[in-house]
Amino acid sequence: MWDYLKLIGLGLLALLAAIAANYAHDLAYQVNAVTVMLAAGISFLYVLRTAGDPRPNLQHEYFDGVVRAGAIATAFWGVVGFLVGVVIATQLAFPQLNFEWAQGYLNFGRLRPLHTSAVIFAFGGNALIMSSFYIVQRTSAARLFGGSLGWFVFWGWQLVIVLAATGYVLGATQGKEYAEPVWYVDILITVVWVAFLVAFMGTLFKRKEPHIYVANWFLLSMILTVAMLHLVNNAAIPVSIFGSAQVQLYAGVQDAMVQWWYGHNAVGFFLTAGFLGMMYYFVPKQAERPVYSYKLSIIHFWALIFLYIWAGPHHLHYTALPDWASTLGMVFSVILWMPSWGGMINGLMTLSGAWDKLRTDPIIRMMVVSIGFYGMSTFEGPMMSIKAVNSLSHYTDWTIGHVHSGALGWNGMITFGVLYYLVPRLWNRERLYSLKLVSWHFWLATIGIVLYASSMWVTGIMEGLMWREVDANGFLVNAFADTVAAKFPMYVVRALGGGLFLTGALIMCYNLWMTVRAQPQRVTQHAAVPAE
Amino acid sequence: METYSFLRHMADSWFLLAMTLGFLGLCLWAFRPGSRAAHQEIATSIFRNDDRPASSDPAKKEG
Repeated sequence: MWDYLKLIGLGLLALLAAIAANYAHDLAYQVNAVTVMLAAGISFLYVLRTAGDPRPNLQHEYFDGVVRAGAIATAFWGVVGFLVGVVIATQLAFPQLNFEWAQGYLNFGRLRPLHTSAVIFAFGGNALIMSSFYIVQRTSAARLFGGSLGWFVFWGWQLVIVLAATGYVLGATQGKEYAEPVWYVDILITVVWVAFLVAFMGTLFKRKEPHIYVANWFLLSMILTVAMLHLVNNAAIPVSIFGSAQVQLYAGVQDAMVQWWYGHNAVGFFLTAGFLGMMYYFVPKQAERPVYSYKLSIIHFWALIFLYIWAGPHHLHYTALPDWASTLGMVFSVILWMPSWGGMINGLMTLSGAWDKLRTDPIIRMMVVSIGFYGMSTFEGPMMSIKAVNSLSHYTDWTIGHVHSGALGWNGMITFGVLYYLVPRLWNRERLYSLKLVSWHFWLATIGIVLYASSMWVTGIMEGLMWREVDANGFLVNAFADTVAAKFPMYVVRALGGGLFLTGALIMCYNLWMTVRAQPQRVTQHAAVPAE
Repeated sequence: METYSFLRHMADSWFLLAMTLGFLGLCLWAFRPGSRAAHQEIATSIFRNDDRPASSDPAKKEG
């Protein structure tokens, strides 16, 4: 019965998408409609071919298929996102790479949102979904809730990524930073995200452990807050149901405030709270010791929840935003420094008494460096939110450097550590293919980040100072083009740093591939347990 | 404007107070007597059930 309903739904969806593609007002909408039609068609065939198959009761084992798929998707989208990043960094250094024949498709303006969304939502999003599903099952000692709901979340999220990415290149965007997807993609995101919440919460509800481990608090706060942010920030009215254009519900400074309330909390909850959930589970697991202080992790959690949500206005200093609002954002950003460092200390001190592992275990080294970058970028961020500092740093490359020390250093490195932790376990392999290659990855990535961040500090502060430099008569000394010319060497160094980071990620993919292909199977003690 | 002023006034007085007290209460709750053992137990819970879910039979409780 359920299969018939699914078939009817998928068939209708494919038909409606075909009609939508026919009536499309713009190319991006048409391509997206065809993509949806194909996705619905493939799902239809899959459901049709497996309809009526016996469904064995799998409650005695974990749902790891979706976590395996998540690991592959994380590595794949990571490489894609880093590659696009290196391309646009090179385009900034050498503008002739905005080729004439690709104008309107592959120039910097079109590729930049592709890069940010690919790394945040494709790479980071898959890392979060994968880790959430892995962590919530292990800490609840229960199989993921909802049967194959996990697969719906996984494939739905990949569809969101493909629709958004093709849309950006063809010009479909609502022009909100980190919320570029247009109205129908936003609806799909909402559906997938609610399914994610149901799968996660359902597993918590049927847990066999008496307590909910703190990593799950962080992951759940990520899911709930992102849902709220997404709904409020993407409130828009489509111009036509057959087009990708829409009109925002808010206007002017209200729109800007909602956008940066969203934007900063996307950083705060997607890239911080969610990844802290990963830290609080995988660092103790890899170090084989419990978290340094469970009490501190509780205080870290509540402080983050109570403080982060107010920090958004610091993106709008010296704008039409009321002064009190931007001061409020600044004050809360500065206070936020304390819980951030509390969390960093908690993560690092988990290794107390086991510091020797740093010498022998490159995965722990990766996790420790990521926590170090978390600490550095959560110190830099509050500092940059102070109005006096912001008057120098805003609109300069310093901001880009800050974002990347957090994204590459904290989110990237912890995700790499988690992938190295998970892949041998998920594919039941004895060990990684090569620890030496992990060390190579570690050093390439670290040197890449250092080159990236330091070149952006130099160029950011330089251009900030050049913009405000006035002569004795009060006239500006530098034209904008002068600052662009002066930044050239730093842009080359930045592209080089990104290239090193990308090379490291490629080495990781090779290492993980060989782990699955060439390492012996782990002999498990429950291999012979019958399926009750 | 009336609504704005009212909400603004609520936000920076009573609601701010309520949230601050809520936060402090949650922090103090972490330090309640007996929490040390409970937290120890939760912190080490991640080292069990690595390979498969706990048995649904409560009699065979894993240690």
